[in-house]
Amino acid sequence: MTARELTIDDLTRILRESAGENEGVDLDGDILDTLFTDLGYDSLALLEACSRIEREFGVKLSDDVLSEAETPRLLLEAAGGAVPPAARAA
Amino acid sequence: MTESAAVTGIGVIAPNGLGTEEFWTATQKGISGIERISRYDPASYPTRLAGEVTGFEAGEYLASRLLPQTDRMTQMALVASDWALADADLDPAAVPEFDMGVVTASASGGFEFAQNELQKLWSKGPEYVSAYQSFAWFYAVNTGQISIRHGMRGPSGVLVTDQAGGLDALGHARRHIRKGTGVVVSGGVDASLPPWGLVSLLSTGRLSPTDDPARAYAPFDTSADGHLPGEGGAILVLERESRARERGARVYGTVAGYAATFDPGPGSGRGPGLRRAIETALADARVTPGAIDVVFADAAGVRDLDRAEAAALSAVFGPNGVPVTAPKTMTGRLYSGAASLDTATALLAMRDGVVPPTLRVTDQAADCAIDLVRDTAREMRVNHALVVARGHGGFNAAMVLRAPAAD
Repeated sequence: MTARELTIDDLTRILRESAGENEGVDLDGDILDTLFTDLGYDSLALLEACSRIEREFGVKLSDDVLSEAETPRLLLEAAGGAVPPAARAA
Repeated sequence: MTESAAVTGIGVIAPNGLGTEEFWTATQKGISGIERISRYDPASYPTRLAGEVTGFEAGEYLASRLLPQTDRMTQMALVASDWALADADLDPAAVPEFDMGVVTASASGGFEFAQNELQKLWSKGPEYVSAYQSFAWFYAVNTGQISIRHGMRGPSGVLVTDQAGGLDALGHARRHIRKGTGVVVSGGVDASLPPWGLVSLLSTGRLSPTDDPARAYAPFDTSADGHLPGEGGAILVLERESRARERGARVYGTVAGYAATFDPGPGSGRGPGLRRAIETALADARVTPGAIDVVFADAAGVRDLDRAEAAALSAVFGPNGVPVTAPKTMTGRLYSGAASLDTATALLAMRDGVVPPTLRVTDQAADCAIDLVRDTAREMRVNHALVVARGHGGFNAAMVLRAPAAD
């Protein structure tokens, strides 16, 4: 078990490895608050990504995460990862 | 008047050629794609030769989003369907989505994907198995992925009848067209050569143990000791003929007749159903045996099955009564892909007036009284071609194809 925290870079890497990357989507851009559906990932893609996060980071994600973590930020929070401060709209 | 189903597009991925023209050029010249299996060491398996598709890199054709969720056979089927639609000059986005269907055949499913995941299951645990295993190895996955890719939401399905499937799918596609669907993407592509797939195929007892690519898989020969497996197949675009004519599409030919039969159970004393399939397909096409210019044989490469096929052909056409060929000696048997590829080949033979050869037959068995096109292609006009296919377990199918100019 690793004590390393899940970061947004880890998440984008895992998404790429487990489900590929949609054309027209820049995963390296500011995606923290973008809906996974807008990034082109369906529930199966997230199921596969969550499974890899669990294995790699030694965390256990509840079944609710899949339906409730609709953005990378919410998924990082659910996985106890490193969550950057929200970019608040003025 | 029942509407005819016209073939307006062909996409081929075969061991002796990627793409229709590369395949067709090699096939006319009798260039074989059969070699020793290269993707793993086959030394410990009783069959070591196969028709592998080389040079196919799915990432060159498909978006990365698709790669982790697809088996090799699905990747090939998707690319072949792209090629077939391009060949048909048909833009699916311009056709109403419920006016397009997809009917493919499958013989085994996504075995390379599945073997990898099942190995993870027993060696590491269930949490290591890909979520995409849930559908990537299904029989119906090629149909589903083609349907999603092109937004084809009309009547769709999959047929699982081993080697007969390549014809059964096309026959079923014709049914949908007769019921009113404008376009059906159809055919078969299989890729069951990884160890798990090979072992499954070995269980039939019909694979050749011969190690010499110049001698193994010699159907209708006295030395026939089994067939060799291959991967790939063909995807065709079938279209309502009036629709194809209206849009000025190039028509390779039409599906004039089709029939499927099932062999009686062992011990029944009744003969196999192949002859009945052929006769019923001819009747469906309203042609006499004399109208058939060439037969694309099932060519099992097993002595008693070769004898049975030759007997059925002799009974219908008379001994040595019609030219017969088996270009699958260059690719190996492709299971669900075989008869679709034979259909594509027959249509190309019509287009160019060339019947491609059967390889490796040096001592044709006396009990196989057929006019086998051996070693080199035969130039001849082809107005009607018959494609014959048998699937393990008793499946028989026959299809009559008619050239566009023939009446």
